[in-house]
Amino acid sequence: MNSIEVKNLTKKFGNFTSVDNISFNVKQAEIFGFLGANGAGKSTTIKMLCGILEPTLGDAIVEGQSVAKNPDRVKQNIGYMSQRFSLYNDLAVGENLDFFGGVYGLSNQKLNERKKWVLKIANLEGKENLLTGSLPGGIKQRLALGAAVIHQPGIVFLDEPTSGVDPISRRNFWELINELSSEGTTVFVTTHYLEEAEFCNNIIFIDDGKLIAEGNPKTLKTKYLDKPILEVECSSVIEALVILEKSPFVDETSIFGNNIHIIVNEKYVEEKQITALLEKQNNITVKKISKIVPTLEDVFIHLLEMDKKK
Amino acid sequence: MNNIIEITSLRKNYGEIKAVNDVSLSVNKGEMFGLVGPDGAGKTTMIRILCGLIIQESGVVKILDKDRSQSRKEIQKNIGYLSQKFSLYGDLSVDENIEFFAEIHNVKDYFKRRDELLDFSRLKPFRNRIAEKLSGGMKQKLALVCCLIHEPKILFLDEPTTGVDPVSRRDFWKILSKLLKDGITIFMSTPYLDEAERCNRVALMNAGEIIALDTPQKIKEKMNKQIIEIVCSPVRIAYQAIKRNTMLEVQMFGDRINVVVENYKLELPSIKKALTENKVQITDERIISPSLENVFMHLIKDAE
Repeated sequence: MNSIEVKNLTKKFGNFTSVDNISFNVKQAEIFGFLGANGAGKSTTIKMLCGILEPTLGDAIVEGQSVAKNPDRVKQNIGYMSQRFSLYNDLAVGENLDFFGGVYGLSNQKLNERKKWVLKIANLEGKENLLTGSLPGGIKQRLALGAAVIHQPGIVFLDEPTSGVDPISRRNFWELINELSSEGTTVFVTTHYLEEAEFCNNIIFIDDGKLIAEGNPKTLKTKYLDKPILEVECSSVIEALVILEKSPFVDETSIFGNNIHIIVNEKYVEEKQITALLEKQNNITVKKISKIVPTLEDVFIHLLEMDKKK
Repeated sequence: MNNIIEITSLRKNYGEIKAVNDVSLSVNKGEMFGLVGPDGAGKTTMIRILCGLIIQESGVVKILDKDRSQSRKEIQKNIGYLSQKFSLYGDLSVDENIEFFAEIHNVKDYFKRRDELLDFSRLKPFRNRIAEKLSGGMKQKLALVCCLIHEPKILFLDEPTTGVDPVSRRDFWKILSKLLKDGITIFMSTPYLDEAERCNRVALMNAGEIIALDTPQKIKEKMNKQIIEIVCSPVRIAYQAIKRNTMLEVQMFGDRINVVVENYKLELPSIKKALTENKVQITDERIISPSLENVFMHLIKDAE
């Protein structure tokens, strides 16, 4: 069964087409990754899927309701958590949950049950009276997610939920996303941390409002990136990046921590080409060059660069 | 003067929370200094004290050899601060936003400097566009340009690339490396450990305290362990299998696990056994140099 069915969805603002005729399906209970660069049309799409922005053309059926015809029904059946923290900082934890529960029409025993559940997943049991603003970032994030699903919607939209969250809290947060999905909730998530996208069951990439790739993480890596990728470990990494960008045997460059990933073309024969080129600069030393299995971030950058060249 | 920033026994409490707890460190002129730590570690509080936006409980901050609390105006002229939330005016154009910042900082002849900055950030084609209509990556570049109009000697960046896509992040780093070449000192906080790798020196902060401070290279060497990276599927099962069946520390990264070992040859058989017994498919395995993220997770684990 599909939780979302998107058909020819389009949004224009004046002459500008923000979302350009995209179609895709999201299965019930899957974790679905929605990726794209800043300004690609992600937020506009999410707003349409949540029933808060009317499509110019096309439609989407979300949990059985049409976003074009019944946007208000859509709103009742979904949960939404934005990159900006959506709870009230100057309310206590319990007050925030009362507020969100009330908005979604929960009361009495049901509200109490659900509040208990949210407090549990946020590790805030017995701490209802704490001021929300005083909580650490990671806990706030869990509380915000709990509040977004307090009414047990079939699907929850998470718009960059881990933006600015440290690596440890991010991993814990993803454990929670997995729990929701295994209990049957569909999770629709956007992120700029491509390693997180690896946890998704299915992914689509959009750029300039168009769908440019789709599949599970494994397919994406084999289907869209068939050239060899090398990892170059060297000193003065940004300078080395700029040099490699301009060299004829390199198609693309990206930067991973202190390493550079390069996609090479047929002009590349051996490692010496790289070492000779870089070590001409007296401040760069090459430590290691190895052929690697691409990550989703490699694929992402590759797709964007390809799209730009078109 | 070698130390452009010197912090001695800095403390700041919020009620019972020790946001900054007896921190001492110094930053060399012209270096890129990274402040890394989990949420709530005290990073933003530190930067705000350094920028003079909040006052410490105790301790001394010297910037450009001047006491922060006594030479406020003089210090202000020489620093730039990019906060987590960019303070751009959405209804002003790119040019007008820069003009506004120039006026705040009392810069009279800003036209040439503005053109240079627009060239260098590649924002020139968009100079008449209102800020609200820029993409996230461009907004961030504009915010940075605004902080540079008065030619500061030190630039403070509080999580500058949060919420920015990988391609824009790469471009942002190219700009920072140009600034460093011009001799500007950069002090940045970031939750991205891969960005911290590119700093000259890094301070890892946890619960208000500095738990490691050195070059990324030295911090990693101190870990003194080998890391086996295994690309496999399903990765969650692999993670749990290692946790259950061995005593080894294991970290999950997207489609791969990293196992922290003393001796690669000795440990590998038991790792592989645990994985195959749990029907995990292995695509690739190799020894990698530990990343700062490996070390960070290792250290925070120890601290807990």
